[in-house]
Amino acid sequence: MKIHEYQGKELLKKFGVVVPRGVFCQSVDDAVKAAESLGGKVWVVKAQIHAGGRGKGGGVKVAKSLDEVRQYAGQILGMQLVTHQTGPAGQKVRRLLIEEGADIRKEYYVAALTDRATQKVAMMASSEGGMDIEEVAHKTPEKILKVFIDPEEGLTDAQAEQLANGIGVPAASVANAVAALKGLYTCYMETDASLAEINPLILEGNGNIKALDAKFNFDSNSLYRQPEVVAFRDLDEEDADELEASKYDLSYISLDGNIGCLVNGAGLAMATMDTIKLFGAEPANFLDVGGGATTEKVTEAFKIMLKNPKVEGILVNIFGGIMRCDTIATGVVAAAKETHLTVPLVVRMKGTNEDIGKKILSESGLPIITADSMAEAATKIVAAVS
Amino acid sequence: MSILINKDTKIITQGITGKTGQFHTEKCQEYANGKNCFVAGVNPKKAGEKIFDIPIYASVKEAAAQTGATVSVVYVPPPGAAAAIWEAVEADLDLVICITEGIPVRDMLMVRNRMKKREAAGGKKTLLLGPNCPGLITPDEVKIGIMPGHIHRKGRIGVVSRSGTLTYEAVGQLTEIGLGQSSAVGIGGDPINGLKHIDIMRLFNDDPDTDAVVMIGEIGGPDEAEAAMWCKANMKKPIVGFIAGVTAPAGKRMGHAGALISGGADTADAKLAIMEECGFKVTRDPSEMGKLIKAMI
Repeated sequence: MKIHEYQGKELLKKFGVVVPRGVFCQSVDDAVKAAESLGGKVWVVKAQIHAGGRGKGGGVKVAKSLDEVRQYAGQILGMQLVTHQTGPAGQKVRRLLIEEGADIRKEYYVAALTDRATQKVAMMASSEGGMDIEEVAHKTPEKILKVFIDPEEGLTDAQAEQLANGIGVPAASVANAVAALKGLYTCYMETDASLAEINPLILEGNGNIKALDAKFNFDSNSLYRQPEVVAFRDLDEEDADELEASKYDLSYISLDGNIGCLVNGAGLAMATMDTIKLFGAEPANFLDVGGGATTEKVTEAFKIMLKNPKVEGILVNIFGGIMRCDTIATGVVAAAKETHLTVPLVVRMKGTNEDIGKKILSESGLPIITADSMAEAATKIVAAVS
Repeated sequence: MSILINKDTKIITQGITGKTGQFHTEKCQEYANGKNCFVAGVNPKKAGEKIFDIPIYASVKEAAAQTGATVSVVYVPPPGAAAAIWEAVEADLDLVICITEGIPVRDMLMVRNRMKKREAAGGKKTLLLGPNCPGLITPDEVKIGIMPGHIHRKGRIGVVSRSGTLTYEAVGQLTEIGLGQSSAVGIGGDPINGLKHIDIMRLFNDDPDTDAVVMIGEIGGPDEAEAAMWCKANMKKPIVGFIAGVTAPAGKRMGHAGALISGGADTADAKLAIMEECGFKVTRDPSEMGKLIKAMI
């Protein structure tokens, strides 16, 4: 689960990381009032959407007067902000962050994430702040420093100093940088984050170290014990169909292709998508119905897939284990009837009660095409839609 | 022979009194030698009671001491699952198989670090399989986990995969063309887990009753590439490899918590290329896994 920058900064502040003073607002008038209350002569008007790359897309502007705050807030609020992470349609800006200006002398990059290989949390830091870190990792990997943290000891002073010195923080500000790094680490652990990134972390003229941005991602397995994080959830930023699917405990992700697919198990679902592509079409979605599929769940899955106007055909691929093929077949028949299915449907079933399942399909009176293997199913659905 | 488990393995079920634990323990008991293998359950509140004739003990330590069990299987719900794994480790078991899906990543991080420290300090090495996995099976001997027993057949092909139903798919193809399995292992879809592809490949390499292996992976993480490099230098048996997720978009979590492309080296294409370089027979068509193995042995 992702949150907004202003929410991330609230979390960081709670754990002792210095952030600029700022006000979250949802209207142009409130933006101007926020700038007035913050005082000073320079403000930053920042679009709040969950995607990165906001600055390049025109979603972050520096205002040097209250009139400019009004002008920029008006431009940004309600715009379709297109970044490299939003896709071509962009994301509508509904929220703004108005911040005091910062006296930037140097920009750094710091982040915490869980490293699978070492099974530890890694703290990363770089002198190349403000840039796309993946580009830095690609071109100058030596400029990214990493330390791995023993979860029972936490980030030690020595490790934090090593990072701060390594990225060239001036001696007078190392203590401030250490505090920021330790705050970031504690915040990451306490909130069950899966990524916490500050880019840039800045050095100001007065020696202060401040987080100018905050990007968080959270482990969805841990949300049950993180009510404060869950309260930050912004449903406007999430895909409506994925959200609808999650209500029925379906794992759904929409893609750009023409063949909808319904599968049990995440790995098999990906393998089914890959097979569809291999045989000449493109998957329209990822959809894992999970272990306990009922008729209701299958029907909802069909409805969600069929909402996508690009879907020209559906492929159902089930490997029956504990979940029996006859249960799924009954669900598929009911779903096809209830949704008045007009696109071709190929069903491939294997495993427990396969024969009973196939019989239910053939006796349904519906034009359901059956297949024995994934390759055969993909070939048949591709032929049926072309 | 087989890897990790056989007909003589004695098993403790942690979470035996829950709905999932009960359902699957019954199925496992019904499979092959299961009646003799599943010897104990654990629940501190129900110690002294029995379920399907299996005695329930207050702790893993006590269950192990009373029955001689060396393996446990965990069905405990996510909030308590990591603690259940740790309890089995502290009881000096050989192997813990964690089926539970949805364990907080931080909990797994803590327990894995404690396990490694305990081992480094000279403690007994307890292997962990999973979490978020279907378990493992040695056909016609014993099944520990949630896989459908009837699709398996005893034989000489090893299967290892991160995904449950994709493991069944490979097993189903093998059985259909007359090839049985020595053991089939699901290592699970979580980012922080125990045994990895490389560990299972080592075991299959050393198992005299395994002739060839199907190794199935998916997007995300470095594990398949590491296993491939190890196989290039050490593996004496033919391997068929498949990676799911060629069509998965970057940055999206595809069902499994660990199935997320984050760098660029962990895409399906990158993994397939490394596996091919390392001598695997790789395929982009998952329907071919069984046929390719047959052609190689």
